[in-house]
Amino acid sequence: MTTKLFAEVDAKAAQQLLDSPTPPLLIDVREQNEWDAGYLRGATHAPKGTISFTIGNIAPEKSAPILLYCAGGVRSAAVAETLAGLGYTNLTSMVGGINGWSAAGLPVVETTTLTPEQKSRYSRHLLLPGVGAEGQAKLLKARVLMVGAGGLGAPAALYLAAAGVGHVRIIDFDNVEASNLQRQVIHTTDRVGMPKVDSAAVQIHALNPDVQVEAINGMLTTENVASLLDGVDLVIDGTDTFEARYALNDAAVQLGIPVVHAGVFRFEGQLTVLAPGRGPCYRCLHPTPPPAEMAPGCGVAGVLGVLPGAIGVLQATEALKVLLGIGEPLIGRLLLWDALEGGFTELTVRRDPHCVACGDGKRGGGAA
Amino acid sequence: MSINVRIPPVLRAQTGGAKVVSVEGATLGATLQALVAAHPELREQIFEADSSLRRWVNVYVDGADVRHLGGLETPTRDGIEVVILPAMAGGAAAPVGE
Repeated sequence: MTTKLFAEVDAKAAQQLLDSPTPPLLIDVREQNEWDAGYLRGATHAPKGTISFTIGNIAPEKSAPILLYCAGGVRSAAVAETLAGLGYTNLTSMVGGINGWSAAGLPVVETTTLTPEQKSRYSRHLLLPGVGAEGQAKLLKARVLMVGAGGLGAPAALYLAAAGVGHVRIIDFDNVEASNLQRQVIHTTDRVGMPKVDSAAVQIHALNPDVQVEAINGMLTTENVASLLDGVDLVIDGTDTFEARYALNDAAVQLGIPVVHAGVFRFEGQLTVLAPGRGPCYRCLHPTPPPAEMAPGCGVAGVLGVLPGAIGVLQATEALKVLLGIGEPLIGRLLLWDALEGGFTELTVRRDPHCVACGDGKRGGGAA
Repeated sequence: MSINVRIPPVLRAQTGGAKVVSVEGATLGATLQALVAAHPELREQIFEADSSLRRWVNVYVDGADVRHLGGLETPTRDGIEVVILPAMAGGAAAPVGE
């Protein structure tokens, strides 16, 4: 008499297992092209042909509960037998596979099918845990507002475009000047005199044709900030005036849109993520603007060209973390970088319950 | 007792270029008063006429904003690090206020 080496459940029972307080490890044993067309949320992809080699990393503990599925239930049953032979003791195969799951009206994670060109372009992202095809699809659907195409905006825009952030709206009111080129690497010598947003659009298109650029040659004001933020997932703040920064902050708090804020001065920069409802806003950090002589711009004080480059790239990094939902974004943390020392300092920034923008009881405030 | 006060780049003209100034004081207020006694040009940048902190100047003790600690009454101890941090302008070329 033989004992069955694994259990079998239908889609509804599988869903109950997955919704239980101690859900099983969910493994999709289909081929790459099948996975790319859609898979179950939370699944790990381990194709049948190689699972004997990969299972040790996926499930080091042989008594761990494992739920296997394929398209129709045949391959997952075969894999369950294989794994039982390797000593796994708590195996379940989903009868009917993902087809049965879909037929039962249960949700499947739809991936944007990447074109062969995109698979090649983003191949280093596709290899990364936490990004993969699902994360890349998120980036391709993401919409970012870049306020300023200058020292911070230039490197941030280039890296966001390279990463495949699908829609970039850029606002700036300046034209490219020769003195910008020491640091604003999105512009070029032959585009001196061109509006910065148009120059940035040219460079982004040249770098990555996947990215749609919306170039707005103008100034952010309290009147237009809400329309600039419309439909946006995240903002890169590369502003250089406190009026613009407060206007952006107040509207972003109202609309619940995270802002990656940064500032630079000579050899030093600072960076934080202002996420409404999850941490402080810019007014919590700086309730009052300093007088002009206390915050001179780079045109007065000078700046090491690479400094806004480094800080702008850190802004792009934080933006990607927030868009992908990975890592620990700099929410409630202000990072200072001293380029000459080569050292970082981290300060804690708390939401101010009395903040005029995001304090308790205000829309977008942190209090429940 | 020695406390290192980190001077932001925008205020270093008032400290003769020094990035860190070591002073003594039993509270943050006493420490900052010792700082401005050593570098008098800093006084009006940091303090209001009534010796309260200027609103646009943030001060951190060991990484925490003193507005959420005891303000100028925050006690100090040997080896703590004080950071003075005004708001910074951005990365673009236009001077602020013009």
